[in-house]
Amino acid sequence: MHKALAHNQGDDVAVAVAAISAGEEILVVYIDDDVEQTIRARADVPYGHKLALQPLSAGAPVTEYSTQVGVARTDIELGDYVHTHNVKTARW
Amino acid sequence: MELYGYRRSDGSVGVRNHVIVLPVDDISNAACEAVASKIAGTVALPHAYGRLQYGKDLDLHFRTMIGTGANPNVAAAIVIGIEPTWTERIVEGIAATGKPVAGFSIERNGELEIVRQACWTAIDFVQQASEQRRERIELAELTVSIKCGESDTTTGLGSCPTVGAVVDRLVSAGATVLFGETSELTGGEHLVAARMATEELREAFLAAYDGYVSEIAAGGVDLLGSQPTQGNIAGGLSTIEEKALGNIQKTGTFPVVGVLEPAGRPSGDRGLYFMDTSSAAAECITLMAAAGAVVHFFPTGQGNIIGNPIEPVIKLTANSLTAATMSEHIDLDVSGLLTRDLRLSEAADQLLELLCRTVNGRLTAAEALGHREFVMTKLYRSA
Repeated sequence: MHKALAHNQGDDVAVAVAAISAGEEILVVYIDDDVEQTIRARADVPYGHKLALQPLSAGAPVTEYSTQVGVARTDIELGDYVHTHNVKTARW
Repeated sequence: MELYGYRRSDGSVGVRNHVIVLPVDDISNAACEAVASKIAGTVALPHAYGRLQYGKDLDLHFRTMIGTGANPNVAAAIVIGIEPTWTERIVEGIAATGKPVAGFSIERNGELEIVRQACWTAIDFVQQASEQRRERIELAELTVSIKCGESDTTTGLGSCPTVGAVVDRLVSAGATVLFGETSELTGGEHLVAARMATEELREAFLAAYDGYVSEIAAGGVDLLGSQPTQGNIAGGLSTIEEKALGNIQKTGTFPVVGVLEPAGRPSGDRGLYFMDTSSAAAECITLMAAAGAVVHFFPTGQGNIIGNPIEPVIKLTANSLTAATMSEHIDLDVSGLLTRDLRLSEAADQLLELLCRTVNGRLTAAEALGHREFVMTKLYRSA
């Protein structure tokens, strides 16, 4: 059973649809094409929060819905918990 | 499902049959509440403003007052103000619809005398309203408003796409749909701009958007904390852009055929309209009801519990925790979209069916719980 959903292929993040524990190997489903991907979570991710689908460098744009949703504040590894501690708005 | 609603004398179609007691100003709230507490079947709409307003802010006050009384869900309106001039202006605006309306002013009469007179009129109005019958109506005759609240990541994954799918069906059927939340489009405003039906509308939309965002920027504040809200962040949303892209899912895919000022009425063409509004739920829905919306879709993530005194608010969530812990507020649970036990088309079927039942008279959770948040939008401080 999947534990995370991603909106579109190419997105940098997926949303946990169940609580995820650090070290857990989880199944991610892409909603746009039903493709599945397995990744290992590097941190606990609460229900509704996000984890990284690919590594990102500090300052890189973060994509979700095939659209930029912010900028990475720090380097982010595949499987990292992604939230306000490591992503900020690109607007203000 | 066959639909039944109230046909008003101006040709509009309502789904509720309220007799409202509308204060022109803050100091007339008590008189309105006195009438509503005495006469069964009336509802008072207390609010905080209406004194010493001027310019565009005063125009918006009148537009909202008149639009609220003119809403097709309102069978009749009693208007009470401190003085006669502004009271009469609102009465005349509502009277243009042809529905029963009467105004009372407190100066030179006293509050007790006005309450007595208004109660007699209220009895007449509720008796008239009680004899109105629902008639067969079509989906195309409805004006539906949409706005989400206490969003989280489940909103963009589930509840907003469900509304978007139903909005597409409504617009296909010829209905009118209103969306707004100007500052909450930040991050996806280019996507909304690209959907404007004409270049003129695109410019009007961007002018409204840029105006609102400049107003926020002029305050020199970091909106993280108020946009996204603490609730949004607790629900997993990290930025305003992420919130906006989830929000925009609920607008469906059709072109936008009009750009409305706050509380502005759609003019003529049916279809999808943008209204320049705050993203605060009560302010936004009050403006949309004043524009003539008769039923509202409200996707929520963390659980906003908003209602409106004249417009039924249908609440749906895709967040299983919210559905489990706040079920008295939730009309439709679409959390199966996240577990993939429910397909989007099935969720849309369920929401459309619920819309039809609500149109036909089923009380929403917010109506049953007595949520009547009526909040006037104030553009700047009074003189």
